[in-house]
Amino acid sequence: MKGELTRFEPRRLAALIRKESVQILRDPSTLLIAFVLPMLLLAIFGFGISLDANSIRVGLVVQDDSAQATSLAQALRSSPFLDVEEDRTVPALRAKVVADDLRALVVIPQDFGASFDRGRPIPIQVAADGSQPNTANFVAAYVEGVYGSWAQQQGLVPRGAQVGVNTRFWWNPELKSRFFLIPGSIAIVMTMIGTLLTALVVAREWERGTLEAMMATPIGMGEFIASKLIPYFVLGLGSMALCTVLGVAVFGVPLRGSVLALLAISAAFLIPALGLGLFISAATKNQFMASQFALLSGFLPSFLLSGFIFEIGSMPKPIQMVTYLVPARYLIPSLQTVFVAGDSWGLFARDIGMMLLFGAIFFFLAFRATKRSLD
Amino acid sequence: MGRLKAITIKEFWALLRDPKGRMALFIPPLMQMFLFSFAATLEVRNVDIGLLDMSQGAYSQELVEQLSGSSNFRQIEVFHSPAELQQAIEQQQVIAAIVIEQDFDRRLTAGRPADIGVVLDGRRSNAAQIVAGYIMRIASGIGADVRSLDPPETVRVINWFNPNLTYVWYNLPSLIVMLGAITSIAVTSQSVSREREIGSFDQLMVSPLRVHEILLGKMLPPLGVSLFNGLLFWVAAQVIFGVPFTGSFPLFFAALLLYNVALIGVGMFISSLSQTQQQAFLGSFLVSVPIIMLSGFSSPVENMPEWFQLIDHVNPAMYFLPVSQGIFLKAMPASAVFDWMWPVAIIALVTLSAAAWLFRARME
Repeated sequence: MKGELTRFEPRRLAALIRKESVQILRDPSTLLIAFVLPMLLLAIFGFGISLDANSIRVGLVVQDDSAQATSLAQALRSSPFLDVEEDRTVPALRAKVVADDLRALVVIPQDFGASFDRGRPIPIQVAADGSQPNTANFVAAYVEGVYGSWAQQQGLVPRGAQVGVNTRFWWNPELKSRFFLIPGSIAIVMTMIGTLLTALVVAREWERGTLEAMMATPIGMGEFIASKLIPYFVLGLGSMALCTVLGVAVFGVPLRGSVLALLAISAAFLIPALGLGLFISAATKNQFMASQFALLSGFLPSFLLSGFIFEIGSMPKPIQMVTYLVPARYLIPSLQTVFVAGDSWGLFARDIGMMLLFGAIFFFLAFRATKRSLD
Repeated sequence: MGRLKAITIKEFWALLRDPKGRMALFIPPLMQMFLFSFAATLEVRNVDIGLLDMSQGAYSQELVEQLSGSSNFRQIEVFHSPAELQQAIEQQQVIAAIVIEQDFDRRLTAGRPADIGVVLDGRRSNAAQIVAGYIMRIASGIGADVRSLDPPETVRVINWFNPNLTYVWYNLPSLIVMLGAITSIAVTSQSVSREREIGSFDQLMVSPLRVHEILLGKMLPPLGVSLFNGLLFWVAAQVIFGVPFTGSFPLFFAALLLYNVALIGVGMFISSLSQTQQQAFLGSFLVSVPIIMLSGFSSPVENMPEWFQLIDHVNPAMYFLPVSQGIFLKAMPASAVFDWMWPVAIIALVTLSAAAWLFRARME
């Protein structure tokens, strides 16, 4: 076995790679996953998902007819972040919150105007739909913002010894969520190709027994694995390039770093992704199982546990520990940096090192699983 | 009727026969449940922030103490120069850094307003915005002792249905929706394509079974598995995760059933279209991902561009998501459930007829 592992003959390898490439090009479903799926995912993340500020439908009940109440109601109506629907009473609007037509209710209470004259203004009320926590938070913040600028305009708040906060968001002053969603979706696309596609294709060969037939030929195991991986490696880089072009041209995400850095990061990530795919196929040898495990250990963690959308620091400790085992966790910060911020080789070197380490581990496991099943 | 029963039982066995297959049906959903419910949160906690304090006075010290006391921040990294600050943000050691200018204490002591600067990592713009909010809230409390009176409360916020904005209450009802989209479609799509790949499909065709019997026999077992998983989650949400269920169970079950029927139609369509299991799997993946991602779970439907929202009208999950959340948390009444769910009935009708048509066409 040891001898076979080290046997490497360029000519034979080249022939094998050609065979594998022809197989890929012949199967329409492979091309579907390599080129149609990336475009679909990019469209979903680019158009379908947006964490940007947007107008939220709220109900407004004005129970006071003073000048202050009227002008505050007007300020709420003209806020670009709120889409206001009015009614005289709370119950009618509450039913709309229950039916998911409105996200919150704002009430300007009776006596609101008069309380200003007394010098001790009473607060307005916001009842947000807690069944959608994120939106509930946003609504509260928007209404507070409208109130604040309204009060300042009316000269209702003297600014004494107060601390103001000037914020500056580096690299993304307009706070476009696309800037992190598009690089993140590229990470998911590469996981799909590296892990899911490889696991499926190799598992099919196991299932059909064509792998055993290959093993009976003088091909060494190293050559065999390399011949499986090199075409998918190229395919992975190809769809990364497609995503990059689309991300920049269609979705307006900047590419501020160098192409070399982008290439190095992506290539480093494909190693653990391919290794995991090979390992899954060798361990399951069954297409349905391989697909399920590839989804569970490849796709879902890249989406949920990589810090792509959900902050790792906010997760419970045991789950945070698990995230260290997810290669995409190391890809996403580097990918976001190379697109949005520019080259930062200190960060890249750390992440590339981790990805290569995981690549080595997965390949070791894949080799072992393959060998065991042949004995 | 007897024939239908026979093939349904046979198909159930085909699904549940071997232990590996059983595992693939029930283990992934359970793993998703635990991963998802705890991981999927847009809250921001335990972040590290940086500080460049050039004022070094009593008020800046107060601010630092308030920040370290907040449970939202884990660690406050002290910088000594703007270059250090820049590097720490660039390498993502901190998500935000506060800059306190030299005259900060002098101004506050004199009873004048003073500003702090906050530099945030725009690569993670969503989390950065939330962190900015935390810092603003803390900063506004500084210097209270030199003010004549505290600013009065201006907006009183309450949260209906989920007073503490617990994310798990949001995640579990949503998970039932997503799980259906994964299981129903994946399992159904495998059914016909597997037989076709193995070659046993021809045997079915020469059996005395009628086409609609084969079709129903292929769809009932996946429906059973999906409903079982859905109900399992319904129980787990309440028992394990403590999510309140305020609405009517029959109403919930009816909506769940309708939703899963619509998805099974989609799965059957893919299955009839595919020649191999691999194609069936890819097809189901290609359909499930948009159904899940565009359901409104990851971000509200109204944030999408108009034309994208229009496309989303064919997505059954877009309708069932508010219903599942609504019946769980808001005791959503039957009329509102009906208003949301009738398009799903139409979708189910369309997907089922399309699947039946394609299945028939492929058989002949």
